[in-house]
Order: sequence, then C-alpha cells, then structure tokens
Amino acid sequence: MAQLTVLKENYECYNRENDDRYDFHDALRNNRIDLTPTDIETLQINITKLCNQTCVHCHVDSSPKRTEQMALPTVERCLEVLSSHDNIKNLDITGGAPELNPHFDYLVKSARKLDKHVMVRHNLTVTIDGHPVTGESKTYLPEFYASQGVEVISSLPYYLKYFTDKQRGKGVFEKSIESILMLNEAGYGNDDTGLELNFVYNPVGAFLPAPQETLEVDFKRELSKKYGIVFNKLFTITNMPINRFKDQLKRLGAYEEYMEKLVNAFNPTAAEGVMCRSLISVSHDGSIYDCDFNQMMDLQINIKHSPSTVFDFDYKELTQRRILFGSHCFGCTAGAGSSCGGSTAYGNNPTS
Amino acid sequence: MDYYDSKDLKRFSEVGKFSEELMKKFFDYYNAVTGEDGALTKREKSLIALAVAHAKKCPYCIDAYTTQCLETGADPEQMTEAVHVAASMEAGITLMHGIQMHNTLQKNGAL
Repeated sequence: MAQLTVLKENYECYNRENDDRYDFHDALRNNRIDLTPTDIETLQINITKLCNQTCVHCHVDSSPKRTEQMALPTVERCLEVLSSHDNIKNLDITGGAPELNPHFDYLVKSARKLDKHVMVRHNLTVTIDGHPVTGESKTYLPEFYASQGVEVISSLPYYLKYFTDKQRGKGVFEKSIESILMLNEAGYGNDDTGLELNFVYNPVGAFLPAPQETLEVDFKRELSKKYGIVFNKLFTITNMPINRFKDQLKRLGAYEEYMEKLVNAFNPTAAEGVMCRSLISVSHDGSIYDCDFNQMMDLQINIKHSPSTVFDFDYKELTQRRILFGSHCFGCTAGAGSSCGGSTAYGNNPTS
Repeated sequence: MDYYDSKDLKRFSEVGKFSEELMKKFFDYYNAVTGEDGALTKREKSLIALAVAHAKKCPYCIDAYTTQCLETGADPEQMTEAVHVAASMEAGITLMHGIQMHNTLQKNGAL
C-alpha cells in the first residue's frame, strides 16, 4: 500500500512538472532514437539540500533553510554499492553544498580508499562562509581536497562580477575568487599536480550557453589576466526548466519561449550522450533516480513496480530499466547538449 | 492594428508569401553571413548586428541580437559598448554634416 502511495505521488508530481505541449518521446521517435542505459559508470549522490547560498536558477531549491541530510546508514550503503561494483568507477557528490553534510569527510575518504574517482560539486563560497547554521569554519577544504585527490567541480557563471552575483547572490563573485585562489595555492588547476579544478558555466537567464570551447578560452584568459587564476576545463550546462528556474521563467513570462527554444534546438547527437544512460542519482534518503533533475521532480526509478532505493540496488535490473523522460529533458538535448560534465555534443552543435 | 509586436519576429519568413524564391535567397545569404564563424567570429558579428539594430532602431533585431550576443558568450559590458559605437557613429555623422553647413554659410558670405 505504501508503495502504491509513493507511485501515486510520483505520478502526480510528474503531471505537475511535465508539460505535454513539449513531448520528448515524440522528439526521440521522430529522430529514431532509443535511449537505453549503457552502463552505470557514475554514482551521483545528493547528500544534502542545505546550502550557504540561494541561487535563482537552483533546480534543487537549496538554501540555508533546508534540513535534508543523508544519514550515516545511507552513506554506508552507498559505499557498499561502490565497493561491490567495479564498473562504477566514479562517485559524484552533490547537494546543496555537500560539505555541509556531517558525514562528508568520511564519505570522501572512504570512497578514495576504494580507489574510486571522487568528484565534488563545490560551490566555492562555502570555504569562506562556513556552515550557515552552526558557523563551523570550512577553510580546511582546499587542503582536504588536495590530500584526497578529489576532482573539484565548481559553479562560476562568469568571469565577471555582474553575471555571477546576479545568479548566485551579492558578494558571491569576490568570495569565489578568494576560494579559487586557495585551491590554486593547494595545487589545483596546475597540470603538473594532477589536481583537477573544473568550472561550470550556466546562463544567467533564459538563453542557451555559448559554445563550451570558446567560453573556456575566454574564462582562462580573463581569470588569468585579472587574478592569476588557473583551472583545467570549463563545462557549460543548460538551465533546466524545473523548480526555481521554471518559476523564474514564468514570472518573466518567458517559459513558453524558453521551452520552444529548447525544443527547436533538439540535437540528436547530444541526445545520444545524455548522462542518464551511464549514471544513477541517489537522494539523501537513498531513493534512486535516472538523474539529479528527475530526483528533484520525484521521478523515482521503479524496478518490478516498486520504487527503487540504494538498499535494494540491483545493477542488472537498473541497466535494463526504461529511463523516465519528460518535457524537462529537452534541456539536456538542446544545442551542444548538457550534462554534469558539460556539453555532450562537443563540436557538433547545429545551433552554434 | 498593433505595431512592433514581438511575436511577429517568428513570422519573418511569411514575407516570402508572394516571392518564395527571393526570400530563400535572402535567408541563405543572411545565414551564411551571420550564422557562422568566418574571418569574424559569430560573437563579433552578433555585436556588430546589435549595434546596427540600434542604429536602424529595429526592435525585432534588438530582441534577437541581444539573445544572440548572450548565446555566443558576449557580456552586457561588451554589448553596451557596441551600442555606444552605434550612438557615437550617429553623433559623428550628424556633426560631420556641420561642415556642409559651414560650406553653405561661406557661400552666403556669412563665414
């Protein structure tokens, strides 16, 4: 009965967020694309919705007021899944600001002991701001990351203050620069150290990202010239028309125009590379989803008519599942494509 | 009847209703010039187009090229400078005609 209730709630949420006017299944059929899972290479886990920032585009609706945290037994179970599946090579830790989960350091150290590649979605400012509730300092983070050999992936919407602060809040740009310099000091962004520092660009409003390769050149030139900053790669990500960003689009009267832009920019090559084919997303309570966006829309994966969790993780069944698509998926297939690793159709963007 | 409705931009191709072939030739030319990197990047072309859109006072083009500038990686500072280039050119063109005024003043013995 409880399972039926969850399924019903999922269906109702899907209906609330999905927009039938923009049919992703139709786009796949018209382009003769069948998107099935390939392998599970990455376990992406969202360990908290708590964040020191409140960004206007955030699909997680994170803020200092959120309280959701992954508990230790769920963290341990994620580590067991990693330990028992050699195919899963990457752990991608996100939030909120994941560093605000009390078990964060333990999770990182344990995953590294399992020889997994660990990526952290680090918002930069948490190093400066500290814990928004307890006031605990987080200035140890750059050295901690370096000691663990973590790949740091950080949002930096632009190399200028204006766009960055508009999207992420007043003062964020200056704190981000200070935090990046600390990461550089710890060896990040320098090719010789092997400590990888990658930035994420996403547009400040209702438009598609510029080509990743040209923006990366601009970011490297400007950040080096003005601040002496070095980094490895820039990932461009399209804003997803869900939750807070969708509300913003509707307030601006730009939702339909944005959706039409995404639909018109559908790129079959980008579609083939969508991240949900090789990734599983875990929420703070252990539920599992096709991606972080489906997680935020409560579109939980169902295996044999039951909502799937990390506690009944079945690799084979998961690689044979049907991925749940909705109108928001046009965000990942527009233009050069979009994923947590940036463009999925690098150099193959029919709209650029 | 409404004038300058932003939705009309999407109907641009309807101008070809009575001369489809000429409109196709225009769009092919237009897309070849503005839609690809060449000796100028697509971003540089977008900034030029934004400046021209202001000089020619075309609201459709301002809408389209503001977005196009953003989607090619230009920022508001660069876009504002492009508008200033258009404005200063227009001011310069107006002022340069002052020489014509001087010529006429001279011809009339007033200079």
